[in-house]
Amino acid sequence: MITIENLYKSYGKLQVLRNVSVELGKGKVISIIGPNGSGKTTMSKCILGMVLPDSGDIRFNGESVLKKYAYRSQIGYMPQIGKYPENMKIRQVIEMIRDIRKDAAVDDELIGLYRLEEMYEKRMGALSGGTKQKVSAALAFMFDPQVLILDEPTAGLDPFAAEILKGKILKEKKKGKLILITSHVMSEVEEVADEVLCLVDGSVMFYETISDLKAQTQETRLSRAVAKIMNEGYKP
Amino acid sequence: MNKIIKYVLYDIIRNKIIVAYTLFLLLLSIGLFNLGGSPDKGLLSLLNLVLLTVPLISIVFGTTHFYNSYEFMELLVSQPIRRSKIFMSEYLGVSLSLSAAFMIGVGVPVLLFAPGATGLYLVLTGVFITFIFVALAFLASVITRDKAKGIGIALLLWFYFALIYDGLVLFILYSFGDYPLEYATLVLTALNPVDLGRVLVLLNLDVSAMMGYTGALYKSIFGSLWGIGIAFAVMVLWVLVPVLASRRIFKRRDM
Repeated sequence: MITIENLYKSYGKLQVLRNVSVELGKGKVISIIGPNGSGKTTMSKCILGMVLPDSGDIRFNGESVLKKYAYRSQIGYMPQIGKYPENMKIRQVIEMIRDIRKDAAVDDELIGLYRLEEMYEKRMGALSGGTKQKVSAALAFMFDPQVLILDEPTAGLDPFAAEILKGKILKEKKKGKLILITSHVMSEVEEVADEVLCLVDGSVMFYETISDLKAQTQETRLSRAVAKIMNEGYKP
Repeated sequence: MNKIIKYVLYDIIRNKIIVAYTLFLLLLSIGLFNLGGSPDKGLLSLLNLVLLTVPLISIVFGTTHFYNSYEFMELLVSQPIRRSKIFMSEYLGVSLSLSAAFMIGVGVPVLLFAPGATGLYLVLTGVFITFIFVALAFLASVITRDKAKGIGIALLLWFYFALIYDGLVLFILYSFGDYPLEYATLVLTALNPVDLGRVLVLLNLDVSAMMGYTGALYKSIFGSLWGIGIAFAVMVLWVLVPVLASRRIFKRRDM
């Protein structure tokens, strides 16, 4: 569904992505892990066209996304830190995005589950970090997109809200969607993801299914398996 | 495009600065027309104040608005919308609302106290200056991510066009006073939209008689409809060049 080919990106002298090539298929939950600053967010932003790669290509259903915009109607994005216009109310933000994506179907399950309607008249600037995350989540899932890119979705959410989100992720996965999640919490990755893509210093260290990883390292817990590979260096 | 402009305008109107700006211009215009004896005198003083304040307000408001809308733009960039559309909506939203403020604040009093061609040129010049300085503001804002630096660059641009440039021109005219400079000054005028606007309006007032030989040349050029057309064409260039340059930078930058 999404093919990344020889992707390079640098911010000035800092090389963030080095020759990343992966194929991400539909109907899977893929977790992107890696140390801080390994290029996880940059990679997701490249798929969204928010960050423009230096070289390489990204294909969405076979077509290059570079310099395109319409393909984004098939992507729901939940940023790591949601930044919103401070003096807009929740209702206005949601209505605006709906207005922009007029033709899309609306799935407002998360708005209901998070009881956002009760806070519709609050200004975005007055919201707590967690509530902003809830708004981000609701917006990402709202248009029933084929692809979901969730950047550390549960960081900042209370455990109850995080559970709701995980349930929603699993539900959407059953519909055959591709879901990319960057996360540092291994237990959570284990719960929702099928495959793990590990980035280190901007290149892919490994990309395996969770069961393969466990089998290779003979560990029962994902966190231990990953730690083992990280320490020993990866030998495919 | 209209959809996004709608939200940009909504944000600006809530801001109330635009209302204060309108009232300020209105007060200024009515005051000046009531102070001086003839409407021409009023227009002349209004011209000088307009050419000083409109660029300043446009460039400062444009820059701060751009930085304050950064989150808004970031939110939209991940949606299925062209980046150039986001940028142009922001630009048109700011320029149109500032122009509307100018039309109400200066246009209406001019229509009441000094209707005529000169007044029309004054209003047109003001609108063009607004569009030009908002464009320069956006250019300053896309060059750097640092808000303080961006506003610094914007203020420098204002200083340059409103104050320093005239000094430079005077210096050149004095230093090379022995040579025929008529066409050189003409080019120098075109290189500063504020001066261009000033000359356009002045030549339609009687004071141009006092501007000597260069003034006579100006009059022969800008006095004709053809010359005025060229002057406005140069103004259009002054809008397009910074807008297109900054749009290009905006399209290629990382959010």
